Amino acid sequence: MIHLLCLALALAAALLSLAAGTTPVAVFSGLGDWLTGVDSPAALIVGEIRLPRTLLALAVGAALGLSGAALQGLLRNPLADPGLTGASQGAALGAAAVFYFGLFPAAGEAAPALAGLLGAGLALLLMLALAASAQAATVIMAGLAVSTTTSALLAVVLNFAPNPFAMQELVFWLLGSVSERGLEHLYFLLPALLAGGTLILRQRRLLHALSLGEQVAQSLGLAFDRGARWIILGAALLVGASVATAGNVGFVGLLVPHLARPLVGHRPDRLLLPSALLGASLVTLADIGVRLLPPGREIKLGVLTSLLGAPLFIWLIWKERRA
Amino acid sequence: MKLVEVDCLEVASRLAGIGFSLAAGEVLGLIGPNGSGKSSLLQCLAGLLPHRGEYRCAGSPVATLAASERARRIGFLPQACSSAWALCVEDVVALGRLPWGDDDRAAIEAAMRQTGVENLRSRRIDRLSGGEQARVWLARVLAGQPRVLLADEPIASLDLRHQRGIMETLRQHADLGNAVILAIHDFSLAARHCDRLCLMQQGRIHRLGTPAEVLTESSLSAVFQVPVYVDLDASPPIVLAR
Repeated sequence: MIHLLCLALALAAALLSLAAGTTPVAVFSGLGDWLTGVDSPAALIVGEIRLPRTLLALAVGAALGLSGAALQGLLRNPLADPGLTGASQGAALGAAAVFYFGLFPAAGEAAPALAGLLGAGLALLLMLALAASAQAATVIMAGLAVSTTTSALLAVVLNFAPNPFAMQELVFWLLGSVSERGLEHLYFLLPALLAGGTLILRQRRLLHALSLGEQVAQSLGLAFDRGARWIILGAALLVGASVATAGNVGFVGLLVPHLARPLVGHRPDRLLLPSALLGASLVTLADIGVRLLPPGREIKLGVLTSLLGAPLFIWLIWKERRA
Repeated sequence: MKLVEVDCLEVASRLAGIGFSLAAGEVLGLIGPNGSGKSSLLQCLAGLLPHRGEYRCAGSPVATLAASERARRIGFLPQACSSAWALCVEDVVALGRLPWGDDDRAAIEAAMRQTGVENLRSRRIDRLSGGEQARVWLARVLAGQPRVLLADEPIASLDLRHQRGIMETLRQHADLGNAVILAIHDFSLAARHCDRLCLMQQGRIHRLGTPAEVLTESSLSAVFQVPVYVDLDASPPIVLAR
């Protein structure tokens, strides 16, 4: 039931996103035209401009929501953030290398995403090698070490920016956005979403058992070390791919599991899909907000989610304290 | 048939030369000073701590059992239990069914009935008292219907009523044809509810036998290094440091 409600919300957000914009168009006929190859202005606006943006917002939100729910469940910590694996900073560093050193010129517009995915992968490998075991404290420390290192390297890159334009481009990119991206970005994101999601969903039983700690999970016959590594790998894939394509979209991965938790009786295994769907809805709605704000200097999606997410998070903590 | 057979069990610098066996229907109490190896032994038996030596459960070497099969036969109640999330009681108890991969309502209901938590089923675990929580943790293990139940200090920091309730539930589980091994610091309760006791010292078994054989002033004084007063004929039995 909860799953259906969340799915309905995500679908409604997607339709709203296809309809939202400065030019009013008939969404369904435009979509129909685009699918059947009819050349019409509505087909161009809905199919070529708004559809990739909507699908990207949905996928980024789903990836962040799912990875947040999985990491919070694995680390038994409601403050675990998807950035914790170091994957998002690794992705940012990879993208920075493209802006400064012009890596992967053949990939064109998708070069930052490709390099970002590579950066996320390297950061993840480093983190897993450093963590060695899958104990929560070690994973948090290794993730922190890797993200601190990559952040320091990113600061070096910004410090020695060859020109202010490159720096501005990178900073704007890092602020997070799903605009001006095409369907080719989905070619990175969708496989990562599918692979990461599968890896995580296969460990549902472990996440449920981990509610009572590692010892209980192991005594229930579950392989904690192996399962934990799959979850970390899945989360890093999701985060890395989403940062690589859309930059940092803050607070979604941290906040969405908190919103979904009361809906599923606080069970970490049942939290996964609703978190993905709510994350998808939230990012899509935030992106509609970005488009509906008065024209001029566009507010970046990541800035808006952080602006909305921070007070919501404070409210959640306040509510929890009073309970 | 022996449900548990242990021989020459060893864990480097923690346990050495541990050997005993346990039949269906028996409750074995592990007693001994802090750090004497009670928890390590329980963790070995639960499959959480790698060890050397022989260990068979219901005739099969535990090392050759698949993890899920081991978990179906052997249930483990750790010393410190807590839930990271505000799960409801029923969901916590249902966790006991994970090794079976089912949601057997009859087993879950029976476990809740045995521990008297049926009326708490929809309450959040974090809003229960320590005593109520202890009953829920035990219900979680019972829901898995283990042939061997291992409990690490299940009555620590509980009030008198809950201490008795937990001990009686463990006794009932053994009486159903299962075996129970528990670490316990309350010798009076141990004398009343355990068939045999295993007094441990520095990772080895100091003495193994009936409560009357193990709870003697000389052996307790030697192991705990304090003079001990014992009167097992009193009701309830009295074992106190002088």
